[in-house]
Amino acid sequence: MNTLGEETKMRLKLATIALATIVAAAPAMADLVVPNLSYRTGPYGANGTQYADGFNDYFTLLNERDGGIGGEKVQTPECETAYNTEKGVECYEATKGNGALVYNPLSTGITYQLIPKVSADKIVLYTPGYGRTSAKNGKVFEWVFNAPANYWDGASVAVKYLLDQNGGDLKGKKIALVYHNSAYGKEPIRTLQDLAQKHGFTLSELPIDPPGQEQKSQWLQIRRDKPDYVIMWGWGVMNQTAIQEAANIRFPMENFIGVWWSGSEVDVLPVGASANGYKSLTFNGVGTDYPVYDDMKKFVIEPGKASQGGQFVGSALYSRGMYAAVVIAEAIKKAQELAGTPAINATQLRDGFEALDITPDRLKEIGLPDFGPEIKMSCDNHGGSGMARLQQWDANAKKWSLITEFTEPDQDVLNPLIQEDSEAYAKEAGITPRC
Amino acid sequence: MFYREAGDFKTSYRDDGQTFPIRLDRWGYYALLAVAFLVVPFVIDSYWANAVLVPFLIYAIAAIGLNILTGYAGQVSLGTGGFMAVGAYAVYKLMTAFPGVPIFVHILLAGAITALVGMLFGLPSLRIKGFYLAVATLAAQFFLIWLFNKVPWFYNNSASGQINAPERTFFGWAVTGPATTASAKYLTCLVFAVGVAWVARNLTRGTLGRKWMAIRDMDIAAEIIGVNPLSAKLSAFAVSSFFVGIAGALLFSVYLGAAEASEAFGINKSFLVLFMIIIGGLGSIFGSFAGAAFLVLLPVLLKNLLVAQLGWPTDLAAHIELMIVGALIIFFLIVEPHGLARLWRLTKEKLRLWPFPH
Repeated sequence: MNTLGEETKMRLKLATIALATIVAAAPAMADLVVPNLSYRTGPYGANGTQYADGFNDYFTLLNERDGGIGGEKVQTPECETAYNTEKGVECYEATKGNGALVYNPLSTGITYQLIPKVSADKIVLYTPGYGRTSAKNGKVFEWVFNAPANYWDGASVAVKYLLDQNGGDLKGKKIALVYHNSAYGKEPIRTLQDLAQKHGFTLSELPIDPPGQEQKSQWLQIRRDKPDYVIMWGWGVMNQTAIQEAANIRFPMENFIGVWWSGSEVDVLPVGASANGYKSLTFNGVGTDYPVYDDMKKFVIEPGKASQGGQFVGSALYSRGMYAAVVIAEAIKKAQELAGTPAINATQLRDGFEALDITPDRLKEIGLPDFGPEIKMSCDNHGGSGMARLQQWDANAKKWSLITEFTEPDQDVLNPLIQEDSEAYAKEAGITPRC
Repeated sequence: MFYREAGDFKTSYRDDGQTFPIRLDRWGYYALLAVAFLVVPFVIDSYWANAVLVPFLIYAIAAIGLNILTGYAGQVSLGTGGFMAVGAYAVYKLMTAFPGVPIFVHILLAGAITALVGMLFGLPSLRIKGFYLAVATLAAQFFLIWLFNKVPWFYNNSASGQINAPERTFFGWAVTGPATTASAKYLTCLVFAVGVAWVARNLTRGTLGRKWMAIRDMDIAAEIIGVNPLSAKLSAFAVSSFFVGIAGALLFSVYLGAAEASEAFGINKSFLVLFMIIIGGLGSIFGSFAGAAFLVLLPVLLKNLLVAQLGWPTDLAAHIELMIVGALIIFFLIVEPHGLARLWRLTKEKLRLWPFPH
């Protein structure tokens, strides 16, 4: 008879083998530990790889050039999540015991899962440009930071740009939102609905089921409805499919705006010349025309220390990964100053994030002039200014060019929404606001 | 040498019909239950709970549920992910609407709600069989996920459509939410897994289980000997969905803490659970556990081996891991098409004769 007895035996056997592996595997950790929960496989792997490389390379640069931050080396143990929440949990549990200071999982789904966990474990969660928007409210989300910009900022900056294009009036215009049918894609809906009311445009919502290779019917609808503009919240294979479909129905590319996660080279290159003129939001510069790349070349790329060979250096997502690393490194530095010791813990890092002030001058010192907006955070503001800008794809030169300056989002619309959503969370999770 | 009945005398029918008629087996079973309940909770850490044992136990429950339907009653289902989603969203609605009620009650109620939904989607099984039924349950999978994405009531109108499990307790012990200890999570899932396995074992060797198996083996013959296909098939759908719903509720509330329908309960989940029972062994409770162990623990083990031990790049390790798991699935199915459960049974037969085989 096969029943519970044997299966438990079997389980124990497997467990013993696994235990032996893990015990032997625990690496010796002493330095500053910044786990890199990356994904280089699956439908989002093409995007995740570049981001992870930029993230790793900047810390390698600091280690090689400056001997770490404040004399402490930085380790970035990598763990593959495949953008999957269950693997994300496994990665978090596997790395948190080694003195992890901050997590940057690059997945809104995993972020939602980690928010309660990091709050209980007292570890910082830094989600630049993704994650839960209302985490901007530091009174409720003590351990979560999402500067420089969040999804609602992005939605607002995109609409502001369209207002500019139309002489400040969007009345009677039709805007379609094409979104990844997940927590990530649904985030901007509420803001866009409020903005539609305020500015008098009509919004149509077109969900695309992940991973998003199948979107013929949505674009058929766009061809029929003829919206004036299409805004996209896509990621992974969904981006290139959408841009291809837009090209197929001859939708004018300059009226097609993607969020910053829909604006990388891998999204437009497969579409070729017809992607010319496609626009996307961004909050960081692209390309290698920044002084920091001189050092990067000398200390990281030429000695062969670049993450996975350094084949994506300077791409939009590589730059964004590097930017996330820059902000984390600056926060660590700030925390070291405040704590008076180079070996900080996660609580001290939280204080560092809250006291963070990355001015344009400081960015210039780092070797990244005008790379990102000014970031100034405080106990109640965990989201910075929310400024973003637009870039446009030039299919002939195969590069992105920035077409606007950093623009402030419409905080009058966003603040009440953030207040409302974070208060709902505080009530649900039983949190008393701090600060 | 092992598992011998010699000297193990049975003096009643009850003794003869017990689940573990061989003394060594029985002792092993009690010893393992004792270890699982009395030792593991005191030594478990959060990695072992969250990455290894809790998912294993939850998937084992789901696999037992599907095994009732597919392995015992012969009704192929591809709707497991959708039914798990019903369990998850039901427990979410219940735990946010009635915060004072103990969470165990909510999980059982979520199972009951899933059982009703499962019966509803089981109705077509009275007319269609085999591949056609599989397609009908596939429709259930897509419909349910679409429903949970579409109707904001199911996720309490949250901005992103995510559901989050707030902290809920059972006699003062946190069972869900971030403050839950590793041992509380593990014990909750263990109680449900052992309970489900016990109920499933006893159902399948009683009248109901025999009816299911009669329907599975030949439905016309079963009808002629007096098995009512309506009640047999619908009861299989109900019991199966009840267990699957419990698994979904635990997956969301105890294990993940936050979920969205299409990511956590997509079609992949349906296939994963189906593979578990095919690899573990159709129509076997032990097979459900073995299959869940194979597909949940092996990837974690390989990841730790390749990345942490051998220091391979994470993407290479992830791809190799897929290949190794795939190759092992093919290997095991070629060596033993009836699954790991059958392999274990053969091993026991051999051990019995060891060291003097025929």
